[in-house]
Amino acid sequence: MEKIVIIGNGISGVTFARFMRKLGYQEQLIIISSETKHFFSRTALMYIYMGHMEYKHTKPYEDFFWSKNNIELVYDHVKKVNTQDKSLKLESGEAINYDKLVIATGSKPNFFGWPGEKYNGIQGLYSYQDLQKMEKNTEGIKKAVIIGGGLIGVEMAEMLRTRDIEVTFLVREGHFWGNVLPREEAEMIADHMRKHHINLHFNAQASECKSKDGKRVSSVLTTEGEEFEADFVGITAGVSPNIDFLKESNIETDKGVLIDEKFQTSVNDIYSIGDCVQHRNPPAGRKSIEQVWYTGRIMGETLAQILTGKDVRYNPGPWFNSAKFFDIEFQTYGTIDVEKQENENRFFWKHPKNNVAIHLAFDKNTGRFIGINNFGIRLRHEFFDKKLKMKAHISEVMSDLNEATFDPEFFRSYEDEIISEFKNSYPEIEVKNQHKPWYKKIFA
Amino acid sequence: MNTIQKIGIIAFCSSLFIFIGLLFTSSFTLTSEITGEVINDSSHFESLSPGLEEIYDKQLEKPEFISSVNAVKEAVNQQYRNNEEWDKVIHTDYTLSLTRAALSGPVKSNTLLWLLVILGLSTLGALMYISQKWKDQPAGIKNDHLMFRSMTNRGIIGIALGVFLILFYIFLYKLPAYIIEWIMLFDPVTMLIKGEPASQWFMYGFFYTMAIVIMGIRMFKKYRHSNYQLLRTTSVMFFQVSFAFMIPEILYILNLPSVDLKNIWPLDYTFFFEYRLNEYIESGTIGIWMMVWGIILIIIGVPLLTYFYGKRWYCSWVCGCGGLAETLGDPYRHLSDKSLKAWKVERVLVHSVLVFAVVMTGAVLYTYFTGKANIIGISSYEIRSWYGFGIGFIFSGAIGTGFYPFMGNRVWCRFGCPLAAYLGLVQRFKSRFRITTNGGQCISCGNCSTYCEMGIDVRWYAQRGQNIIRSSCVGCGVCSSVCPRGVLNLEVKDGKGRFGNKVLTGNENTVSS
Ligand SMILES: Cc1cc2nc3c(=O)[nH]c(=O)nc-3n(C[C@H](O)[C@H](O)[C@H](O)COP(=O)(O)OP(=O)(O)OC[C@H]3O[C@@H](n4cnc5c(N)ncnc54)[C@H](O)[C@@H]3O)c2cc1C
Ligand code: SF4
Repeated sequence: MEKIVIIGNGISGVTFARFMRKLGYQEQLIIISSETKHFFSRTALMYIYMGHMEYKHTKPYEDFFWSKNNIELVYDHVKKVNTQDKSLKLESGEAINYDKLVIATGSKPNFFGWPGEKYNGIQGLYSYQDLQKMEKNTEGIKKAVIIGGGLIGVEMAEMLRTRDIEVTFLVREGHFWGNVLPREEAEMIADHMRKHHINLHFNAQASECKSKDGKRVSSVLTTEGEEFEADFVGITAGVSPNIDFLKESNIETDKGVLIDEKFQTSVNDIYSIGDCVQHRNPPAGRKSIEQVWYTGRIMGETLAQILTGKDVRYNPGPWFNSAKFFDIEFQTYGTIDVEKQENENRFFWKHPKNNVAIHLAFDKNTGRFIGINNFGIRLRHEFFDKKLKMKAHISEVMSDLNEATFDPEFFRSYEDEIISEFKNSYPEIEVKNQHKPWYKKIFA
Repeated sequence: MNTIQKIGIIAFCSSLFIFIGLLFTSSFTLTSEITGEVINDSSHFESLSPGLEEIYDKQLEKPEFISSVNAVKEAVNQQYRNNEEWDKVIHTDYTLSLTRAALSGPVKSNTLLWLLVILGLSTLGALMYISQKWKDQPAGIKNDHLMFRSMTNRGIIGIALGVFLILFYIFLYKLPAYIIEWIMLFDPVTMLIKGEPASQWFMYGFFYTMAIVIMGIRMFKKYRHSNYQLLRTTSVMFFQVSFAFMIPEILYILNLPSVDLKNIWPLDYTFFFEYRLNEYIESGTIGIWMMVWGIILIIIGVPLLTYFYGKRWYCSWVCGCGGLAETLGDPYRHLSDKSLKAWKVERVLVHSVLVFAVVMTGAVLYTYFTGKANIIGISSYEIRSWYGFGIGFIFSGAIGTGFYPFMGNRVWCRFGCPLAAYLGLVQRFKSRFRITTNGGQCISCGNCSTYCEMGIDVRWYAQRGQNIIRSSCVGCGVCSSVCPRGVLNLEVKDGKGRFGNKVLTGNENTVSS
């Protein structure tokens, strides 16, 4: 019997295993992980800390699911991969051999090696263990400093605020999430964070952690010489592939495990998917490392198709993503760079009072729609996916905007304002407003 | 928690404390005059008064008083039964009215004062608490600490509340004489509006409505960013205050059948009972019209409105049980069981109750039209009393509300309500309603499933890009509200293809998941 071993029970490894069964694979499937016995959703870690959910709620499948689908689970840590005799060495001392190996080991938080970085009370947030640590580290404390303004940083800030901990947020860039978001929307989000009593500091580069008693962190120093008191320091300056255990193997890695379009690593019968990979030839418009939930899911599904004999390649389609900054929901479809590009026209609209905004990019010459960031309104993925694939003209996107909204019934509609403002900014572009009020939609 | 909230809690708890304390403040003295006034059936009076004389002019505690009265009646009835004098057996319940008439104590001397103290303190306390909740926080999802609180995650306070509610229902339905002080508190109100003392049902209706209104105000604060939730809450508050509470009283004053015109058979399981049908018929044109209205709701209203909007038009916009669940029960919605096993139990139970309701009603109508009580050896009166006890009292009352802190706020609606089962069948097989998912945006976080009060594992559908069409979905919209990625939307559209093809936008090579 063939034996496929998967290292990592995150979304990518689990999706792979699930689809193998779905596609009729009947040989042995083993998933090894050292984090939790069962697959859970790390995207919900913050909700456990905030008391919205318990660990059990974060498990997407009930515990019986695995045996029912004949997927064996091993709760252990892989220390070494021996590609010669096709075996894995586990922390427990046991060895497991494989016919095919799938590496889906995810990411780990970045640290910088600053002086004092190892004091107690300093941590990142990635795993379930990190969450437990954070629970301990923040018990009864008053002040926290978060370093690194990205998604996990905001989540951490939101988490800490539910425990009434004072949060200082040090962001290296000049505005929030400065390597991803344009300034306009970043400012709206910063304002909103201040409403949640976050002390935001931009252009603040942390460089050292200090401790009064030599054990527990007590403050953070920046390169400017500013000092911030801290009983807890969250380091959320991104993540990188979790592949240290592969160092001694002959599997080729760079920042991540190097793979081709079919997830094949440099060694035969070894594949890699999810956060830990680095694409040698990423699909058009895609980065070589993309650490998001759905890419892991797509890779898992695609690899299952490949290993059950279908000739397909990794093809995730146009970029999209979503997040939430405290109360502001964010979605993005296509690409909106931080800075306006040479060939682009941009359109930014924000409601004067509400935290609702959209930011559009389209080609100056051809009018082709390039991407949108939307905040505080929900837009349909399918709609923009289609428009991006057919390289739709911006006038078409704007005219059909009423089809794009995914907001609940009775919600205030912003299409009219957006379209009329767009017409003001770009009078030469023809836009037909086909907006229908909600009551018409209900009786439609 | 700030000072105002603390004062609010103290006020509310004091009111609760006084409310319970009042039950222990009265003494009961029966006299021959009282007996004469209360038992106005002369033959009943003749048979009961010799026994009751034993306690005339004795000042008794409540339990002793009630058991003495019950014992007298039981002894009399036992004798009739022994003599096989069936027509003489006394069915009228005099215990409650005798207890009321024999009572003396603070509730009797200062009824209005105590009523105002209790309603005032509790309302004020609750509103003070609510007014400060989520203060200074921008609008958004407010579920912080829900899993840590004893009150909302099966801690000791939650359990205590559950036990209190269950006891309340037991006394309300089965032992009302023991809570006579609570019932009497409302005498000034009912005397004013209809010139008679309050029944336990008036007291119950009053508190029920009060709970929906006060906790509805809490919902307004909690979901102030969501027009859907605001409108829905306004709707259940409106239907409770008007249709369930005020209109039946007005109808009563007008000498018309005092019914809740939005209550639909088989939730309203007595709809076809002969006393109800006779009441309609005796009330002339308007009565007949009311009966026809009830029947129209059953055979046209339910299918039509459910076809257009899903069962939510009733369950989370109109219904009284739903109204309480969506307001008082909101802090407990996450306690519903999401397991596959629970779903299986749910399907068997809720449809069994529907069958039970239909069979029971069939039997009742058989008796109504033929005048024969027995069907294949079983009395239709017996069937309806089983139903009334098992479903009406235990399931929808004691468990339905008492289990909020244990199994979530929709235990009755999910496992027991026959109308929900009927609405659900229409929703499942013939409706334009569905919850759609937004492409590939789901991150499987599980907020939606956690907060589904009906125990639907919403995530299971969302993470595979499948429309959610479940007979149990009451369309409360909370999954859509709590989803941090904007994945879920309650939509009504063309019924064709509403199950959708399970596609997660984004993967160009996707197979059906
Ligand atoms: C707090 C937080 C919030 C996030 N929110 C979002 C979001 O909103 N949207 C989004 O798109 N993405 C989000 N992400 C990112 C997303 O969670 C990841 O992209 C995704 O989990 C990656 O899945 P994966 O299967 O590749 O790896 P992982 O989920 O990391 O799973 C890998 C597993 O392998 C185990 N493992 C690793 N090495 C070994 C070994 N040697 N032996 C045994 N087991 C091993 C790990 O312990 C882990 O359990 C978030 C991440 C975090 C931490
Ligand atoms: S639908 Fe929304 S709430 Fe539900 S699991 Fe997906 S992202 Fe989370």
